[in-house]
Amino acid sequence: MVLKRAAMAIPSLIGVVIVTFLLTRALPGDPAAYFAGPAATPKAIEEVRVKLGLDKPLIAQFGHYVVDLAHGNLGTSLTTGQSVVTELRTRLPASAELTLLGLLVSIVIAVPLGILAATRPNSLVDHACRVIATAGVSLPVFFTGLILVYVFYYLLGWAPAPLGRLDVFYSAPPQVTGFYLIDSLLARDGGTFMAALKQLILPALTLGIFSLAPIARMTRASMLAVLSSDFVRTARASGLSAYTVIITYAFHNAMLPVITTLGMVFSFLLGANVLVEKVFAWPGIGSYAVEALLASDFAPVQGFVLTMAVMYVMLNLMIDVLYGLIDPRVRLDA
Amino acid sequence: MTALAATARQARYVIAENPVTGFAFVLFMLIVLSAVFGPHIVPYDPLMSDTAEALQPPSAHHWFGTDQLGRDVFSRVIVATRLDFFIAVASVALVFLMGGLAGVAAGFFGGWTDRIVGRIADTIMAFPLFVLAMGIVAALGNTVQNIVLATAIVNFPLYARIARAEANIRRDAGFVEAARLSGNPDWRILTFQILPNVFPILVVQMSLTMGYAILNAAGLSFIGLGVRPPTPEWGIMVAEGSAFMVSGEWWNAFFPGAALMVAVFCFNLLGDGLRDMVDPRRRT
Repeated sequence: MVLKRAAMAIPSLIGVVIVTFLLTRALPGDPAAYFAGPAATPKAIEEVRVKLGLDKPLIAQFGHYVVDLAHGNLGTSLTTGQSVVTELRTRLPASAELTLLGLLVSIVIAVPLGILAATRPNSLVDHACRVIATAGVSLPVFFTGLILVYVFYYLLGWAPAPLGRLDVFYSAPPQVTGFYLIDSLLARDGGTFMAALKQLILPALTLGIFSLAPIARMTRASMLAVLSSDFVRTARASGLSAYTVIITYAFHNAMLPVITTLGMVFSFLLGANVLVEKVFAWPGIGSYAVEALLASDFAPVQGFVLTMAVMYVMLNLMIDVLYGLIDPRVRLDA
Repeated sequence: MTALAATARQARYVIAENPVTGFAFVLFMLIVLSAVFGPHIVPYDPLMSDTAEALQPPSAHHWFGTDQLGRDVFSRVIVATRLDFFIAVASVALVFLMGGLAGVAAGFFGGWTDRIVGRIADTIMAFPLFVLAMGIVAALGNTVQNIVLATAIVNFPLYARIARAEANIRRDAGFVEAARLSGNPDWRILTFQILPNVFPILVVQMSLTMGYAILNAAGLSFIGLGVRPPTPEWGIMVAEGSAFMVSGEWWNAFFPGAALMVAVFCFNLLGDGLRDMVDPRRRT
């Protein structure tokens, strides 16, 4: 069953590869002249054309691209001269740590909020939940980030300067997972852990606020539906405590639709990540792509788009498999 | 005429029931007015710099303060409305055409048309949407037109799916059968039977996606795509002002960001109100 769902991800992956390939071929002007650099002679441009295989038909170029991908080759950055794969690999943990913590923040805020709103419809909590959910989707994520920086760094002085993953006085913990929080704990280095956490809080909170709306809304709606169902009424009639009814019975059943919205939440998070990384000068793959974009350096951008899309397809796959495992009634191929 | 009067009556009812929609409508009119008359009513030239007046906090002369070149932030925020509003409207209109037509065709004809449209929509959905928009603008070239196009493309699956579902359930409806039996060709049925029925639902979708479109476009210009620096535009103004946030000159980034937020908030509320009007069953 899981294998069948995994097989369904393959057409998506093929589509992703085709689109990222077509994106480079849509570059304005002559790609060979572009890759050869501004000072190249016509002869040098011809050499680049042959070297990149641009003189061959489109299908052959595509084959070439797929073979390169299979070898884990995403090309070289024009500005840094580094291979794109190496750059992405060293920067990925920073982005992943930020995104996952952002997701954690939004779940920790949104799920209790949604449950409270559903158990007390039309109360103050319910209205607050609705306002927060609407405001969350209306706030531009880069704007939230800047406001948080102004309040917590400039006015209150609680947060460190929004400049990267770690204050200059600390050095990065020895790399195991690439996540500074986990690595510093493994190295039993409390100081570095706190320093990394302080840098992470604001950007993670920014991402959390942005992605909170769909989770809160879905939790509220599905809790409302479950609370009015027969088995909850039976549980209540049997004299179970409100806590047992809400948490053990209702909550477990209400979580299923929430898990399906996680796919959409990840689409939001991965996109917003780019903007948040720019605001907080976070050394992740998003800011790498933005720097490359501004320098008209296309290979890193292409690698970045491909990496993000593959991760997103994989995350959706994981969510579906998880859903099937939690609720065996769901047929994955349906 | 009676249909129009009925719609007007229903609109009045919805606004009376839900004052928030009325408020959103007033906001919307303000945005449209600034978009149309903005450049003529602002107190200062949005491009005029005056280094003696650089980075002044908000005052009676400069309501929103001045930026690092001494330009009046209030004038720039108001003038920017036109460009931001244009990007949102243009991209939504474009996706309405592309997604609406493709979706209706897919739902009506089924078969290969359906499969191709569905595959295109699935492929777009396989990307995190903002990331795909970035990639498209990077590849097609760094212009405002391409921001409009990219924003339209990432919204394509949403429109195509809604239009497809709505066309599909009406394909075998009685009035379509009747039209077919009286000898109407496919294109006539599509234009006169199916499209008028799908239209209102897509219009609601348009106002619901306006907010997302404006956020997406502002996000792209925030990272430096599309709009070039001296041009007043909310996203780029926030980007330019962001450097001054850490040193306390908050007004530079705050006001354009707040304008953006108000615009998105207004479009979302208006979309909810419109949906209540068109489809009362889905009221929240």
